[in-house]
Formats: sequence, C-alpha cells, structure tokens
Amino acid sequence: MIELTQIKKAFNQGRPNEYWALNGIDLSLERGKVTAFCGPSGSGKTTLLTLVGCLSRPTSGRVRFKGEDISGLPERFLTDIRRQSFGFVFQQFNLIKGLSALENVILPGFPTGRPRAELIAAAHILFEQLKLTHRANARVEWLSGGEQQRVAIARALINNPEVIIADEPTANLDTVLSREFMAILEGFTAAGKTVLLTSHDPLVVESTAVHRVIGMRDGCLVDA
Amino acid sequence: MNVWLEKQRHLIDFTLASLARRKTKNLGLLLVYTLLVAVLASLTLFTNALRSEAAYVLAGSPEVILQRMVAGRHDLIPPGYFDKIGRIRGVQKKEGRLWGYYYDPVLKANYTFMARPAEEVADGSIMVGATLARERGLAPHNTISFRSYSGKLFAFEVASVLSPDSELLSADLILLSENDFRAFFEYPAGHYTDIALSVANPQEVRNVAAKLSEALPDSRPILREEVLRTYQSIFDWREGIMLTVLAGAIFAFSILAWEKAAGLSAEEKREIGILKAIGWETGDVIRMKMWEGLLISLSAFLLGLVAAYIHVFYLGAAVFEPVLKGWAVLYPRFALIPAVDGLQIATLFFFTVFPYTAAVLVPIWRAAITDPDSVMR
Amino acid sequence: MLFQPAIIALLMAAGIAVLMLAAAAPFAVQVMRHWDIHSGSEQQLAFERRTYLFSTMLSFVFGIQLAALLLFVFNADRLSGMFVGAMCAVGTLNVNDFGFPALIAQIVIFFLAAMWLAINHADTRARDYPLVRIKYGLLLVLLPVLMLGFWLELQFFLGLKANVITSCCGSLFSGDAKTIASEASGMAPIPAMVLFYAGMLFVTLAGIWHWKRGGRASGYALAALSAVAFVIAIIGVLSFISLYIYEHPHHHCPFCILKPEYDYQGYWMYLPLFLATAAGLGAGALQPFAGSASLRQIIPPISERLAGLAAGGYILFTLFATYFVLASNLILIEH
Repeated sequence: MIELTQIKKAFNQGRPNEYWALNGIDLSLERGKVTAFCGPSGSGKTTLLTLVGCLSRPTSGRVRFKGEDISGLPERFLTDIRRQSFGFVFQQFNLIKGLSALENVILPGFPTGRPRAELIAAAHILFEQLKLTHRANARVEWLSGGEQQRVAIARALINNPEVIIADEPTANLDTVLSREFMAILEGFTAAGKTVLLTSHDPLVVESTAVHRVIGMRDGCLVDA
Repeated sequence: MNVWLEKQRHLIDFTLASLARRKTKNLGLLLVYTLLVAVLASLTLFTNALRSEAAYVLAGSPEVILQRMVAGRHDLIPPGYFDKIGRIRGVQKKEGRLWGYYYDPVLKANYTFMARPAEEVADGSIMVGATLARERGLAPHNTISFRSYSGKLFAFEVASVLSPDSELLSADLILLSENDFRAFFEYPAGHYTDIALSVANPQEVRNVAAKLSEALPDSRPILREEVLRTYQSIFDWREGIMLTVLAGAIFAFSILAWEKAAGLSAEEKREIGILKAIGWETGDVIRMKMWEGLLISLSAFLLGLVAAYIHVFYLGAAVFEPVLKGWAVLYPRFALIPAVDGLQIATLFFFTVFPYTAAVLVPIWRAAITDPDSVMR
Repeated sequence: MLFQPAIIALLMAAGIAVLMLAAAAPFAVQVMRHWDIHSGSEQQLAFERRTYLFSTMLSFVFGIQLAALLLFVFNADRLSGMFVGAMCAVGTLNVNDFGFPALIAQIVIFFLAAMWLAINHADTRARDYPLVRIKYGLLLVLLPVLMLGFWLELQFFLGLKANVITSCCGSLFSGDAKTIASEASGMAPIPAMVLFYAGMLFVTLAGIWHWKRGGRASGYALAALSAVAFVIAIIGVLSFISLYIYEHPHHHCPFCILKPEYDYQGYWMYLPLFLATAAGLGAGALQPFAGSASLRQIIPPISERLAGLAAGGYILFTLFATYFVLASNLILIEH
C-alpha cells in the first residue's frame, strides 16, 4: 500500500547546521497490518512517519501511496490526502486545551465541510466504542492520561482513515493503560485498518498485535 | 456551495471558541480598537451634525445678500441704493437689513444686534438668544441696560428668549426694533448694513447676482449656496485636519495589531500546528484567522460607533467641542440633531478596518504556514 | 486638493493596495526564477507557501477595489455641492480631466483582479501548480495598472478646487469658471434599447452555451461578449434605463440610481452586472490554459460554472432593468 524508494530528508538544507535525518530508505508496507518502527531517539523513525503520513515532503526519493506518487505534491494536496487517509495519535496527545473532548474530536472534520450534527453523531459512536461517553463534554485538561489518549484516538478516527499513525503511543502510559491501547490496536486490525507506529517499548514491540517490526538507526533501516 | 457554507460555519464556531479562550489578550486589542473607532467616529458624527446644523440654519436665510464695498471694505448702504437696483426679474423681495456688533464688558463677549420690523419687536423691548439669556440670567420681562458706543445708557425689556433650536447661530443674538437700533448705534438715517434679496427659483440666483454686480459695480453679492459650500468645505477641512492628526493614532494602532497578530504565544503556535497536523489546510487556517479579525473588527466598529453616538449626541462631544465648533467666546449649548450618514460610516470603515486588515495579513499568513509536522518533533 | 475625509480614505486604500503589491513584487520575481515543482527543497516549500500570501493579498485588493469603487462614486456625488454647475457625481467627475479615467481605471483593476483570482483558483486545484510563473508574471503586470489607478485618482483629487468664498473679494464664479458638463449624455432611446437587448441576449446565449457545452472557443466568445456587454449595459443605463428610473427625460446619470431617493435601484442592477462581467471575463481568462495536461480536467468545470454565473447575472440584470423601465411613469416612446 505504501512504497518508499531512496527516501532522503534533510533539515536546514544549505546552512551550516544541515542535518540528514533519513539517508536512503527503501521500504514497502502492506495494507491491514500493524508495523512498528523501533530505534533510539534521533534514528529518524518519527521523520519517516511524517513523510509517510503526508505531514512533510522528502528532500529526494519517492513515496507511493496506493500506487500514486505523492512525494512531489504541494502541501495543499498532501493535506487532502492526509485528511482522508491518515489518522494521527501523537505522543503528547496534542489535544487543544480549553475545548471539550467532543469539540477536540470533531476538529479534523471541519475542513471537510461535513455538517456539525453528522460529526457529533460520528464522535458519539466513537466515544461509545472507546468507553468515553461520560467524559464527552469534559474539558480535555481535566481528563486522565488514558482518557486523553482515547480522545486522541477518537480524533484520529473521525474522518474514517485507512491508516492510523501513532508516535510513541505508550510513552506516557502505565502498563495497564498500555495493554488497553494494544487491545484497541487489535480492534483496528480487525476493522481492516493499516497501523504504523514508532516505539521502543518492549511491551509494544513484542506484542502479538504487531505484525512487523522495523529497526532504525542513524536514518537507515537495520535488522530489528 | 453547501460544503463551503458548512466549512465557514465550522471555522466561525472554532474562532468564537478560541476568542473566548483568550479573553484577556483579545479584550485588550478590542478595547484599543474600539477607542480608536470611537474617537474617529465622534469626529465624523460631530462634524456631520455641525454641517447639517449649518445647512438647517442657512435654509432660512435669504438667497442673496448684497453688500456695498468701499476701498475693498464692507460699507453702509447709502440712501438711494435701492432705486439703483431697480426691478430685477426673479427677485421676489428685497429688504434692507440693519445689524452690528456690540461688545459687552460684563461677559467680555461680542453680541450681534439686529433690527427687526416693528411688528415683531416693539420699541424698547428686545429678544435675546438662548445662550446669552443663560449667561446674563435673563428671563422674559426682565430689564437690561447696555451702554452704547457713544456712552449713553439704554434700558430694554426682554420680550422673549429665542428658541434654542438653532442655538448655534442665535447664541449671541439680540433682536430689537429699527428705531432702537438706529438710536443705540447712532446709525445714519436711510442707511442700511446690507440688502437681502429672496429669489424663488434656485436656477435664477446666479443670473440675479450677475445683474446686481452689473448694476452696482461697487457691490458684492453673497449667495446662500456659496456660503453653504464654504461652510461645508471648512467643516470638511477641519475634519480632514483632525483625521490627519489622528492618522498617527491609526498608524500606531496598525503596528499594535501587527504586533498582536505576529506575537503568537507558544500555546497558539502549538494549536495551529495541531490543527494543521490533523488535516487543516494552510488556507483553512488563514480563513479561520480572517474570521477572527473580522469578528474583532466588526465588534470594535459597532461598539466604537455606539460609544461615539453617545459621546456626540448625549454628552455634547465634550472632547472636540473647542477644536471644531468655532471661535466665539459664547459657546452655544445646543443638542445636536442626531444625523448619521452612510458615506461617513463607509469612510470610517476605510479608516479603521482596512489598516487593521492590511496590518494583520502578513502575520496571519506567517502563523498559518507553520509546519504541519512541528507537533511531531 | 480638497482636504476631505473620504478623499483621504480613498487615497489611503489605493496606496495600501499599491504598497502591498509593490512589496510583494520582488518575491514574485524570485518565485518566477527559482520555481521547481519537482524539487523537495526547503526553498521550494517556502515558495509554495508564499502562494497563499499572494492569493490572500489579491483577494484583499479585490475587496478594497470593490469598496473603493462605491466610496468613490458616493463621494463624487457628495462633492457635487462644492462645484458650480455640478448636480451629481457626473459633474464632480467632470471637474477635471482625471475624474472619469480614474473611475474607469478602478473598474478595470476590479476586473483584472477578478481574472487573476479565476486563474489562481484553477491553478491551485492542479497538483503541479502549472500556472505559477504565468500567475506571478501577471501580478507584475497588474502592479503598474494599480499604480496608474492610484496616480489618476491622486491627480483627480489634487485637481479638485472647490468654488468657495475667499475672505475678501469676488464671490461669483459663473462668469469666469468654465462650465462643467454636469450631465452625461446618451444615445437616442430606441437604438439604445435595440442595442441593449441584443447585447444582453448574445452574452446570455454565449454564457449558456459555454455553461452547457464547454469548449474553448465559446469561452473566448463569452469573455469578449462580456466586455462588450458591460459597455452596452452602461450605455443602456445612460440612454434610457436611468431616464425611466428618474422619470425625467433628460437626466442621464449612471450614479444617482444608487441613491436612497431612487430606492437604491442601482444596486439591483450593478451588482449582477459587475458579478456577471467578472465571471464572464474570468471564464475567458482560463481558456488559454485549458489545454495544459494537468488542467484539462480542472478548467472546464470551473469555467462552465463561471459561465453559468455570468449568464444568470446578465439575465438578472436585464430583468431588473426591464422591470424598472416598465414600472416607471415616464413615457419616452410614444406608442
């Protein structure tokens, strides 16, 4: 479903502090599987996820998504693809403070122009699945870490994406909550979604829910 | 189209929520903005009210006033001048007028004395302007005496106080009979101050004036429309000067708006990063911010306008009065007739909303192009 | 110059627009020189992001222009009291040689901005932004036009001298002041009507044709006819529509119909007319690029929608004009 060829990514190009985060990655990811990228911090795994998830563009190389070359697309169109096909769960959850859980969840639906009532109905279904209904109208800063993550997951799912991208999803959770997250993950696979995540948590990497583990170091792939 | 509308609704919803979340920051801007609009709007409303007041007052004055000039100075109309005018087609009525100034040492102010026909004011009595009556504490049937320029004392009974409706022009006015006028000023018999002519057809006014200057080369006809035009342009000019002075304020405000829009807090930057990461496009963020600017602008504009309206029409434009009204010592106290004019509102909009929008355009764009992957770093 | 608030506001607005575009010009040149859609470099990303700024700015200029056009006309009308012989906006605009050129320049800028925005709209929908260089080239063309507009406006206002009383002497102007043509003139009503309805018919047909059938030729035809129809429409307003609205056989004025005395009837006509003309011209502006690979699928739907809009606008305009004529008590043509 996603193919990467000779991907390189530089930051601060042409300046003294130029830095190559990725040095020629070739990789193919299958549909409906859970793939984990593991490696030390600075190994380039998050950068790789941002490229796959259409958050940024490679400096060189090609990214193909469902057969289409998306590496040269302007941001406007990358955003379109991202909005429709990718859902993100960030390490820090990145919820907007001061808004309720429900308002946070429907935010990605705003640019699509779906009617508000429809978005709210969809959010309520997700809240039910994630056992959050009782917290829907609470402000996000009043929620516990586990609840915040589930709000973030609901937000990632609101536009019904094919691919879920999770960056260090268990970094801020204790063991119980991490196991809960892995259970939710299995639910995604059952629903036919593709999941990409980064982690160096053994609980994630060794879990049966994860189908494939890819090791990374210094911007290159290594055997895990 | 529906999708577009729905999208704008979402953006407005979000904007309102985010404005509410950052009350203090936005309130400060709103306050300064409102103040600016209020000052500028007071200025326009006030000058406009004066302009309509002047038009209202002049509406009752004669179409043409004829003055006689001697050595380039305004002089008395000698006897026999009337006959020289003769009959001019279009002139309905011509009338010699008597008026002059009198300095009152009590108030240290100049009054205008004007003679009226005996039917209106009887000998020995006067009618006084409302401001003057207030300042000298005069009521009908009081007696007041003035020492004339020749040193003689004249006593008059106040017959009535003039209606305060047109106080701007009648503030310092004293109406008295022709006999009293001539006696008080020792005005030579048969002479007049000037001649007032009424012309029914406004298209004829110019022809009448041309004929007058032909028949009487030493005279100067003054047309009402020209007086009106002169007043208008004087008020325009004063308003323009004030606006130019205030341009500094507009400029300072634009810089403030720029600063406010450019100085995003870390929290706001993070928010925009999140929005972009979860699928908001740069254009969506720009539009959202534009809505924010529009909401702030419109509320400031409306609030400022209302504040200015109250300031001008209920509080008597306390701030601008000395600058804009005139130079007489007797300040008329009069309620301006509330008049709001579309062109002025539009001009005001240009002066406030456009500089604001122009100032925030670049900062908004800068904020909107935040890297969508910034939240992942 | 008359030192008057609306004049200062107009000059300020025009000045802001010129300054903004002038400040943007060097960036536009940079984009034109270094644009490379296939590059993944940070510079290219920065260029792409700059396009958002330019389109936001142009929309702003477009908005200013529309508002300024209205203010300009209103103010001209208000100023007419300042000049001997000027009865309404036409008189003021005729006070010196720059009045009407300034007005026309403003209208032209409005339409040019509309065309640019149409091109921009199409371009941002194509994944490779094929028209970027052309767009920024056009922006550089627009800049001198904007400057010219500003200059004309400035000259017009500088040349306005009110006929007011000076403190000491002669206050009569009718003798020496040159007479202002205070009224516009028009054609004879019957040929004007024939021209008007024929023009509106053709442009509407062209609009509907392009809307339903597409095709580049009809797009060009629509744009050309829109430009002609705009002129014809104004001639129509001058020659007979305004007369019917004023119910006066000699008052040919395209501006007074905007005033409250005439129930703002002008807005009902001018709004659809300007919109339709902008849409028609926009549809035409897109046609040169309809053949390019990535726009082949994108331009036709946009230009067809614009054509539909144009046709609708002209129909609306014609209906309103006809209604105002029929509702009037004036008899211009004996039956």
